[in-house]
Parts: sequence; structure tokens; C-alpha cells
Amino acid sequence: MRKIVALTGNDAVGTAMKQINPDVVAAFPITPQTELMHKFAEFHANGEVDTELVLVESEHSAMSACVGAAAAGARTMTATSAQGLALMWEILYVQASCRLPMVMPVVNRALNAPLNIHCDHSDTMGARDCGWIQIYSENTQEAYDNVIQGVPIGEKNDVRLPVMITLDGFILSHTMERVELLDDDEIQRFIGEYQHPHSLLDTENPVTYGPVDLPDYYFEHKRQQVLAMERAKDSILEVGRAFADLTGRDYGLFEEYRLGDAEIAILAMGSTAGTAKEAVDQLRDRGKKVGLLKLRVFRPFPYEELGQSLEHLKVLAIFDRAISFGSYGGALFSEVRSALFGAGRIPLVTNYIYGLGGRNISVEEIGSVFDELEHVAQTQQIENTITYLGVRE
Amino acid sequence: MAIRLKELSKQRELLSGGHRACAGCGCSVVIRQMLLAAGPDTVVGCATGCMEVATSIYPYTAWRVPWIHNAFENSAATVSGVEAAYEALKRKGKIDKEINFIAMGGDGGTYDIGIQALSGAMERGHRMLYLCYDNEAYMNTGIQRSSATPLGAATSTTPVGKKIPGKQLFRKDLTAIMIAHRIPYVAQSSVHNARDFMTKVQKALSVDGPSFINVLGTCHRGWRFKMEHSIEMSRLAVETCYWPLFEVENGKWKLSYKPKEKLPLAEWTERQGRFAHLSKEENKHILERAQHDVDEQWEELLRRCGQETEKQ
Repeated sequence: MRKIVALTGNDAVGTAMKQINPDVVAAFPITPQTELMHKFAEFHANGEVDTELVLVESEHSAMSACVGAAAAGARTMTATSAQGLALMWEILYVQASCRLPMVMPVVNRALNAPLNIHCDHSDTMGARDCGWIQIYSENTQEAYDNVIQGVPIGEKNDVRLPVMITLDGFILSHTMERVELLDDDEIQRFIGEYQHPHSLLDTENPVTYGPVDLPDYYFEHKRQQVLAMERAKDSILEVGRAFADLTGRDYGLFEEYRLGDAEIAILAMGSTAGTAKEAVDQLRDRGKKVGLLKLRVFRPFPYEELGQSLEHLKVLAIFDRAISFGSYGGALFSEVRSALFGAGRIPLVTNYIYGLGGRNISVEEIGSVFDELEHVAQTQQIENTITYLGVRE
Repeated sequence: MAIRLKELSKQRELLSGGHRACAGCGCSVVIRQMLLAAGPDTVVGCATGCMEVATSIYPYTAWRVPWIHNAFENSAATVSGVEAAYEALKRKGKIDKEINFIAMGGDGGTYDIGIQALSGAMERGHRMLYLCYDNEAYMNTGIQRSSATPLGAATSTTPVGKKIPGKQLFRKDLTAIMIAHRIPYVAQSSVHNARDFMTKVQKALSVDGPSFINVLGTCHRGWRFKMEHSIEMSRLAVETCYWPLFEVENGKWKLSYKPKEKLPLAEWTERQGRFAHLSKEENKHILERAQHDVDEQWEELLRRCGQETEKQ
């Protein structure tokens, strides 16, 4: 039976993992992911999952064990944050390149140094080129829903890629919100039985994983990975439609919020989208034509669809919660601006880098950004293309 | 359980010919023997290294058992995941056959970069054998020193220079570190003694938990000896007691082989180019130090195995 409950993001995702009932979970503790794994370990200790829980000695070994488990045909999961994801880096590529599906919730946290346990997106944005599908969550319900959808998205036979589901550290992971939990059985029906076509445990038909690949083949294998990532877009949309049929909650590549007739808009990922919706509503009440695009799927990057949704705007501000050092603006800014270059019309585009190390972002601050954008629209002049929002210079 | 060479000779090789290990490679013989002892229902995880690159060049593979290479430092963690998957799928009734799990790596992938993953996997109690083929340096990348490189040896990163004559430090005793994990089975073996090694592989795979075997695998490229002397160099390492053969089963130490006459270490080092500089007058103290260390370690091993020691 479905239940409406109040849960923290970590508890909700831990519950989703329990309901998925993966064959293998290999994990290592790191703040703010810790309580997620506490929750799952509790289910495990109470015999509520059939999972083999491998409590490894590092995140590097967590991801390494996930590669082995997935290659052996197990439905596999882990969860991490920040330094943990950074330590996994090498093996993230192996998981994706061996075309081994799995789902990993990442509770977003800033990267050292200096040490900071609070939210920004430098961890997952840094891992943007490692071949994983990346889906960002606005709130706890979305984090829960995305984790469930991640299973069939990645396991689809013409995709076979691992999936990262992000939720903002503390802002979502440690905050109680209203969540509708699905029934265990309907989740099992939704994700289906997992059948791996080339399991390491099939000793009758031995396979070799992770061979040496020289200049004569490596390039073709990378190209196949690119095509799989392109096909992931259809898988995300297909699974999203099936999920909407089941729950009434509709998920696409991104969400347009009061965007259709907007002249000025911002684009953001994660929990900030929720804060921005409130700012948009307040300004709309005052008759301002403002809107929001909440990007849900960052990998594969929906450049064509974004171009079509944004080209009518006069001014667009991209909100990056991570720095790409030495680049011109944040990574999200670079990619969205590049997507617009191929669109029919190009709005004036600015970049706001914000909220690093958990620095709060308020409705008022987003409101004042809209004021600045309105000024840009009036003058057709961008004074600062890149603004570090609220930083003390 | 007993290894019968006549029967072995009729068994299908599970490491095919045509792989690209050097002629005279001791380590590829280790792998062949390991697979013959383990049989076809075996999954192998292999660290980056000589044995990985020589056997798996796409689109070919020399492995007739399921095999996975992940990275350099994580074969133990990778096989942890494979074994966990097996346990989970077995519990769900999706698989029922008995399968052996072997993680392996060279000394670089085991003593150095992989020691954390190895220690973790052993502590967690996975049912797997970790096999280290120890050829005493990073041979695959061009003979750089590792923590398994013996005192005095010349490598490409500890060359014999005008001031420093080769590696100035002792090797790490990894077998002792594995014994300290108090796992059910730990052994040392050597490539020249197939019966000893293969019996140990079968013992290791029969325990319900983790096991570890450290095998000295000779490398003529790195040690600088004639390629046809691979097996002989392995034998001399044992006859000099530089590399004793022994096992620790559920905490009980047992010497596997005692040379009739313990040969001087120089009988082994003099045959290898990497130790050539040790015969010079100014370097003789290094060889003396190495001999002293071998003597001490051997005495200690005899004591632990309940054997009569040589100096009373």
C-alpha cells in the first residue's frame, strides 16, 4: 500500500534502495551520505532485504566491488558524496566503459580543500565526463522517484550504463519533507527482474572483461559508449512516461516552470530550483514575465530540447553550483550557452556561480538576480557575464 | 586432492597458448598451474600488470575461464563484488553450482598499490583466494622498484649509481602481514615446485573463507639472467632459504620444504645481473647484510614451524 510519510532525503533514498532490494550494495561512510547507509543497514540487519551488503574499506573499493558485482550479473548499488566520489573517480570510468548498469545516489557535497561537508555540486559536476547518466533532484520526492527510475533507465539493453542520482547534501539529505512511498510490489513490477547477458558466473560461457584495447579498437569502443549515452535519452523518457502512468508524477529531461511566455528566466539544478519557483511566483504576482527551467538530466545533456525551450527568451541566467577552474564560467553555463548557439535565436546569457560550500541561497537573492536580468533586458547590455553571487570580494 | 602429474598432463589447459608473455616468463607458468589446480569453474580477477596485458589483448583472450580486469589496485575488491554477487544470487536460487574465486596481482598490485583493497577483502571474510605472483619489481612498466624488491637489487628507479648502489632497503614481508589477518590459509610457494604450489592452490580454494598464496615468479628481464634458467632461479631462491616454502593453516605453521644443505645467498644473487654490483669489494657489506637477514628469518621460521633450529 502507498504511504504518505515525512522523511529526510537520506531516509527516503535508503527506503527506495530497500524497496529495490538490490543483490549487492558495497558502500563506505561519508558525510552527508552516512544516514542513507545507516537506514539501509538497518533494513539489512532486520532481514528486510536479500542484499549482500559489502562494507568495504574505502570508496575506491566500493566502486571496484560494484564493478565485480555488476559483471557477475547482480543488481548493484552504492551511495556516496564528495571525497568519496572523487576517490571512486578512476573506477567510475571502468563501470561505464564495461557497460555495467547500476544506480548510485550521490548526496552532493563540496570538495576539499578546505574541508567542507555542505552542499555544492563540485563533486558530481566534476564527474560529468566519466560516462555515467546524471539525474539531479529538486526535492526528496524526486530523489526517491529518480532512484527507482534509475534502475530500468540504465539496465535497458541498448543503454547498459550506470546512473548517478543526486540530492543536495543537508538541504535535502537531512531535511524532513512529505514523501509518497510506493508499494514494494509495484516497485518490483516497475523495475522487473534483472537479466545480465554476459555474467562472470557463467563458467560454461567464459567472458573476458576489461581487456587491453589498443589503437586498433579502443576508439570504436568509445564511440559505442557515446551512442549508448545518446540512446539513454529515450530510455529516460520512456521510463519517465511509465512512471507517470504509475504515480501521476511526470518526469522529462527538464521541467519548464512558467517558462512558455516568460521573457526572463533562470536555469538551475537541484534544490535551488524549488527556491527559484517561489521567486518566480512572487514576481509573476507583480506581473513580471519570468520563468524557470529546472534541468533534471545533465547527462546525456539535452542540448536540442534545451535550445528549443530557451530560444524565445530575452535574457537567461544559468545558475552553477560548482566552479570549472580556468573555464569561462561554470560547466552548466558553458554547455547551455553552447546549446543555444545552435538554436534559432540566442538570448543574452549570464552566469551566476552560487552556493559553494553550502552558502545559503534565498528567494530574495534570486529575486534580486531577476531584477538584474530585467535591467539587462532593458539595456540589452551585460555588465558582468559571470557573477559570484553574494561572495565577499 | 593429491596432484598427479600424469592426470594433469591430460587436462585441458585453461590458459591458452599464444599469449604474449616473454619466453621464459616464470609468472605465466604460475598462472597455468593455478588454473590447472583450480579447474574450469573458477572466476579470476586480475590486477593491471604483466599477466593482464600479456593475456588479454583485444580481440583475443588467453583465458578459458571467466576473467575480469578492473584496475591496478583493486583486484581483491573487484572479486569481493563478484563473490558477493554469487552469494546473493545463490541465496535467491538463481545459481547453484560451486565456483572458485581467485583475485591475483603482481607484487606492485599486491604489496604496494593494492594492499588496502587486499587487506579489506581478507578482513571481510570473502570466500576467495588471493594469489600474488611476486617477481620483485614493477616489471610491466619497466622494472621499477616495489616494496617487494630485495635489498641491493638494481632496478630502473634504484639504479647502481656513483653514490647509491641499488635498493638500500629490505623488502616488505607481505606473507607475514597476511598471516596477521588470521585468515584460514596463508602459504608461500614457488614456480619450480608445481606439486607444492598446486596442492596449496587446492587447499586454499577448499577453505570456507579467504586465503592467500605468495608465489615467487621469476622474471629474467628484470632479474637479468638467461631466459632458460627461470625454473633454476626459482629453485635456488628456495635452496638458499631466501624464499622458504611454508603454510599457515588455521594458525598452525608448517614448513613445506627444508633444503638438505642451505646454500649461501650468493649462489642465487651471483646468477642475476641485478645483483652484479654486489660482488665489488665496496658493496660486499650489502650482500653480508642480506645474508644475515635471510639467516635470521629462516631461524625464526624454523622456530615457528616447530623445527630444530640451526643455531642453538
